[in-house]
Amino acid sequence: MSFVVRQIADPAAPLARRNPVAKLGAALLFSLPLIATLDPLTPALGLLVELALLPFFGLRHGALLRRAWPLTLAAAGILVTMVLFAADRSGRLLLDLGPFDVTTGVLVDALGLILRIFAVALPGVIVFATTDPTDLADALVQNAKAPSRFAIGALAAFRLLPLLGDEWQMLTLARRARGVDAGHNPLARLRLFVSTAFALLVGALRRGTRLAVAMDARGFDSGTPRTFARRQHFTAADTALLIGAAALAAAALTTTITLGFFHPIIG
Amino acid sequence: MSAVVLRGFGWRHAGRRAWAIRDVDLEIAHGERVLLLGPSGAGKSTLLAALAGLLPDDSGESEGTVEVDGLDPRKARERVGILFQDPQTQLVMARSGDDVAFGLENRGVRESDIWPRVSDALDRVGFPYPITRPTAALSGGEAQRLALAGVLAMRPGLLLLDEPTANLDPAGASLVREAIVRSHLSDATLIIVEHRVAEALPLIDRVVVLAPGGGIRADGAPEMVFAAYGDQLADAGVWVPGFSFPPVKAAAAAGALLVRAEQLTVAQRLSPVSLCAAEGEVLAVTGPNGAGKSTLALAMGGLLAPSSGSVAAFGDPRPPHKWRATTLTGRIGSVFQNPEHQFVTTRVSDELALGPRRLGRSDAEVTAVVDALLDRLRLTRLAAANPYTLSGGEARRLSVATALATAPRLLILDEPTFGQDRRTWIELVTLLATLRDEGHAVVAVTHDDAFVRTLADRTFPLGTTPLADRPTLPRRRRP
Repeated sequence: MSFVVRQIADPAAPLARRNPVAKLGAALLFSLPLIATLDPLTPALGLLVELALLPFFGLRHGALLRRAWPLTLAAAGILVTMVLFAADRSGRLLLDLGPFDVTTGVLVDALGLILRIFAVALPGVIVFATTDPTDLADALVQNAKAPSRFAIGALAAFRLLPLLGDEWQMLTLARRARGVDAGHNPLARLRLFVSTAFALLVGALRRGTRLAVAMDARGFDSGTPRTFARRQHFTAADTALLIGAAALAAAALTTTITLGFFHPIIG
Repeated sequence: MSAVVLRGFGWRHAGRRAWAIRDVDLEIAHGERVLLLGPSGAGKSTLLAALAGLLPDDSGESEGTVEVDGLDPRKARERVGILFQDPQTQLVMARSGDDVAFGLENRGVRESDIWPRVSDALDRVGFPYPITRPTAALSGGEAQRLALAGVLAMRPGLLLLDEPTANLDPAGASLVREAIVRSHLSDATLIIVEHRVAEALPLIDRVVVLAPGGGIRADGAPEMVFAAYGDQLADAGVWVPGFSFPPVKAAAAAGALLVRAEQLTVAQRLSPVSLCAAEGEVLAVTGPNGAGKSTLALAMGGLLAPSSGSVAAFGDPRPPHKWRATTLTGRIGSVFQNPEHQFVTTRVSDELALGPRRLGRSDAEVTAVVDALLDRLRLTRLAAANPYTLSGGEARRLSVATALATAPRLLILDEPTFGQDRRTWIELVTLLATLRDEGHAVVAVTHDDAFVRTLADRTFPLGTTPLADRPTLPRRRRP
């Protein structure tokens, strides 16, 4: 199932081993400042840094690419949108398409946006590709003081996700067996999709309720302070990772400002 | 060990007119092992939920008192452990050991005590894998064993088992029963709800039978209760030992061939198999888990495309998986293992009317078919009910009725008797025998030996070629 997060990284790599909360924090500290500017240089620098750090997360470029491929769809979407709707069509004319002229200005703007998407999203992709969901929930509760009702509850719900794929196929087959199919009528297809999705939702809610009762029966709602079977430690190396991420983001922004490319998103 | 005392206990779920359970006076002493019986709807599960402290005040109305060791069960939660039917919705964590540890963490057990108690509990149930085994890779029986370990790790004084093997195939069910036996429940009071009495007998020393309208019908040693009330219990749907059902085999020879599969193969799900079914016979397809029985049923029913080989049916040059759905449903009725997968509407009567309407039958014809089926399958009283609110037996009867509504000549059923009480079982067997004698072909995929002995005219044992560990369904190609 494509949405099951399977770890694709070497778990012993120096940065993959870091505390999940530290990794998540570092990803935010690094990618958020990149949003501050509209130029293409800052995200390009950010991407360079991210790709250079991949080996320290134990990730191979190919594996990451397979995980991140939906981003290329977003990139293609941006390119099409910019060609169709860009207001600023300055710069040298590259392709004469009447109202949809492709100029260097359009392409530079599109490139900036595409680079931003990749630069901002990749840190998150890296974190989740190198982090076991159980470790993340443990660290959120132990190191970030997240409520365990939320973190462990989300983890339990997450475990039920793969069942939904099989369930969807059974529902689809069962509808055909009942004489319900849409043929080539797009409206009927949409209706069938909605009704199948609704049945899936009803089933998921019932399962979720049963799981919640079973969890409470094992004392999840007892109010006793929970103990931890698995310890997550937040060490000096984790603090260093956070500081490093902030410093690298600052360095990228400083470079852009120094070179005069800085184009603040506000003002 | 814990003691249980109920005095005039009753519970009504919020928004319901009828009491789920009422007028129960019962004392269970330390260390007793009780089998709780009663027809479906007598409130067995509600009683267990009350004892487990899982009925919050705002979820309904209560009567009388219920106490565990002299305490309100909601305040005695750490003394009580409960195991439910479905292992999939009891496991919380991704790794087996973490799941057993989950309850201990909730109870605030000291970190240094957690892992010794986890391995102790896993030993007691005979869990064969290391603690890092992914819970997603466990079979149903193994997962239920793990869930039992999770309950035992908390060392409950009162252990409640709510039909712990009802969702499992025979191999998985025996795994779990073995685990219950070997986990030496001598240090806990036990209450078990189970329809299959013969299988629960080795675990228990007392039987309590709830009466459907409220109160307790019988209470005592197993042999005494079954001698005095065995026939009543059997009529009410309980699988009492010693009450068998006579075989109903075909009187005439099978007629024309309806469906033939040649070297039918589904990638990673089903090794090549050839079989056929004819009018007027019941063919039982048996075999171990993972042999591809359900896949075979789907492929013969025109719901999955074979990856090689062929299925031919009804003399149609096109294979069933390329038929339009309306054609398919007029010829082949498929009944899925989980009835709820097949429900499309919000009323029982609409559910039955759906197929005939899709085939373009007139309103009068549709009404006639619906009324006849409601009557035949004892669903008339439920005509306006939502299919999702039906009990297990009612939902099974409805799913069979929906397949019959379009009068298909070929019926393909996946585990039709799975988890059914004795009464529904007899009704299904009788109905299928009648359909067979009317000239239908019936193909049933089943684990149920009694079903095969009683009804099957022919048995097709599906091979044991091991296939991939947990394959997902291949996508159906668009016709």
